[in-house]
Amino acid sequence: MKKYLTDSQWFSLMILVVAIIGIWYLAALIMNGNQLINTLERKKQDWTYSQVLQQAYQVKRPMLPAPHQVAMELKKSVFERSISSKRSLVFHSFITLNSTLLGFLLGSILGIVIAIGIVHSKTLDASLMPWVIASQTIPILAIAPIIVVVLGALNITGVVPKAIISMYLSFFPVTIGMVKGLRASDTLHQELMYTYNASALQTFWKLRWYSAQPYLFASLKVAIAAALVGAIVAELPTGAQGGLGARLLSGSYYGQTEQIWAALIMAALLGSLLVWLVGVAERALLKRRGGLANA
Amino acid sequence: MPKSLINLLLLAVLACQLVLLTKAESGFYNQHPAWLLLLIACSAAASCLLTRLTLLCQHLPSKQAVIKPLIPGLFAFMLLLFWQSIVVGYAISPVLLPAPSAIFNALINNLPILWADFKQTYLKAVLAGYFIGCLSGFVVAQWAVKSAFLRRGLVPLGNFMSAIPIVGIAPIMVMWFGFDWQSKAAVIVVMTFFPMFINSLTGLQSCDAIHKDLMHTYAASKTQTFVKSQLPQALPFIFNALKLNATLALIGAIVAEFFGTPIVGMGFRISTEVGRMNMDMVWATIVVAAIAGSLSYGALALLEKSLLFWHPSFRGNK
Repeated sequence: MKKYLTDSQWFSLMILVVAIIGIWYLAALIMNGNQLINTLERKKQDWTYSQVLQQAYQVKRPMLPAPHQVAMELKKSVFERSISSKRSLVFHSFITLNSTLLGFLLGSILGIVIAIGIVHSKTLDASLMPWVIASQTIPILAIAPIIVVVLGALNITGVVPKAIISMYLSFFPVTIGMVKGLRASDTLHQELMYTYNASALQTFWKLRWYSAQPYLFASLKVAIAAALVGAIVAELPTGAQGGLGARLLSGSYYGQTEQIWAALIMAALLGSLLVWLVGVAERALLKRRGGLANA
Repeated sequence: MPKSLINLLLLAVLACQLVLLTKAESGFYNQHPAWLLLLIACSAAASCLLTRLTLLCQHLPSKQAVIKPLIPGLFAFMLLLFWQSIVVGYAISPVLLPAPSAIFNALINNLPILWADFKQTYLKAVLAGYFIGCLSGFVVAQWAVKSAFLRRGLVPLGNFMSAIPIVGIAPIMVMWFGFDWQSKAAVIVVMTFFPMFINSLTGLQSCDAIHKDLMHTYAASKTQTFVKSQLPQALPFIFNALKLNATLALIGAIVAEFFGTPIVGMGFRISTEVGRMNMDMVWATIVVAAIAGSLSYGALALLEKSLLFWHPSFRGNK
């Protein structure tokens, strides 16, 4: 069959992205234009449409900054400031990244431990599993300020309270995925282990752990995105000094829309980078097992 | 008979701890550390009871419906007892961690305030945002099923969006839609759209080719094919997204209220009461949120069960 350009994924994606940027520019013109007209009328000044058109993309605190304004702000705060400067987004990203990674690590370990307990003990399965699920119907983020304040009163500040919130958000997908994965081993293999009179420990290391790996990585991708959300939200209610969440909050207090958008895009890039890294690790590991990458 | 005697003994240990909690003055572990032994015995008794209940559950399948909810219930009771004992026993400052009883009191005494918060956050923002977000996600997925162009472009975008911390758009939405519930609903719409889109798309595409052919031989119209074949097969995926979104929506509303809100709402209550060190009130709000979240999740699960009684995942459990 003949291959058309229009059939390729990249083509569709590019067209959509271009369309979104176009709509963005148009929306920025309308929203900022209205804002501009309102200010001018309040000052009882005359205005013309061509004048609005010229100034709409140069408003000081726009309702919606145009893409190039956000890009300029991003360039300014990423490349033109030294990394240790408080105005550098790289500086803030590293603060958020620290607590994200620590929380992700703790959450993965906790999730795996709980899953192993649940799979091996009927009592834990019956008593703990319902509460693991129920814990996610609670808006965990609501607890974020409490954890930060309580640990602050115990003189634990900085990265640990934020990491704990990240941990709380990221342990759930790992637990659920691991429980499913540890139970997903082939019945034939399980029976083989049984005929070998293998102990629970042997069955775990030689069989269950391997059947769980594809599930584990699928969960880890969700978990690391959740950990980033946890780290950012944990920075919100406590007036944290640094981090992307703190940038969002201070931008919202002072009406610095460009700062908010830049922080948001930085968070998006960070999030997709982290998920991509987990994906790379997944492919590397599953390739060694003989290409189960699609599992 | 000795078995039931042991059970009675275990229950008696639990009861002793309860009596100690109500009769002793606060800080009793500081004065009489020996009473800590009772707490240890009490946790051992509770876990022993849990094991027995689990075993009983397996041996008496006919009474499972009664026993099964008891097990997580007992587990929660054990945790609450432990929490209350530590907080009261060591006279921990309520600023650090309020006792469950104090949280319960705050809940009962502030019902009107909590109800107003619940109305603002849940009945207005969450319901509106959840409904619009899920519906639009489903409608766009509908289009994407029909158009390969949209599908190829939107699926990678949707996967990309799932890695983004979308709650971050809260300050922007507050700026655009004002302080009231509309801005929170807007955050929820954006948060719930992509999970719904990706899941419905997967579901609508999972339609069996044989079923399609069958509908074709029946000369079914497009609407009939959709309603009778495609939609039912997509429902398990759609319910997946609905359940996921139910918790996302509540989180989105509460976090968005940290960025500015009229003086009512659950997120507002949490952030102000933390500032005033009224931790029992904060926890009471969390309890309300937990109940709301669990109830909506439970309602969705019930609805799923009644609509998807034919699905293997439900038939298999019987």
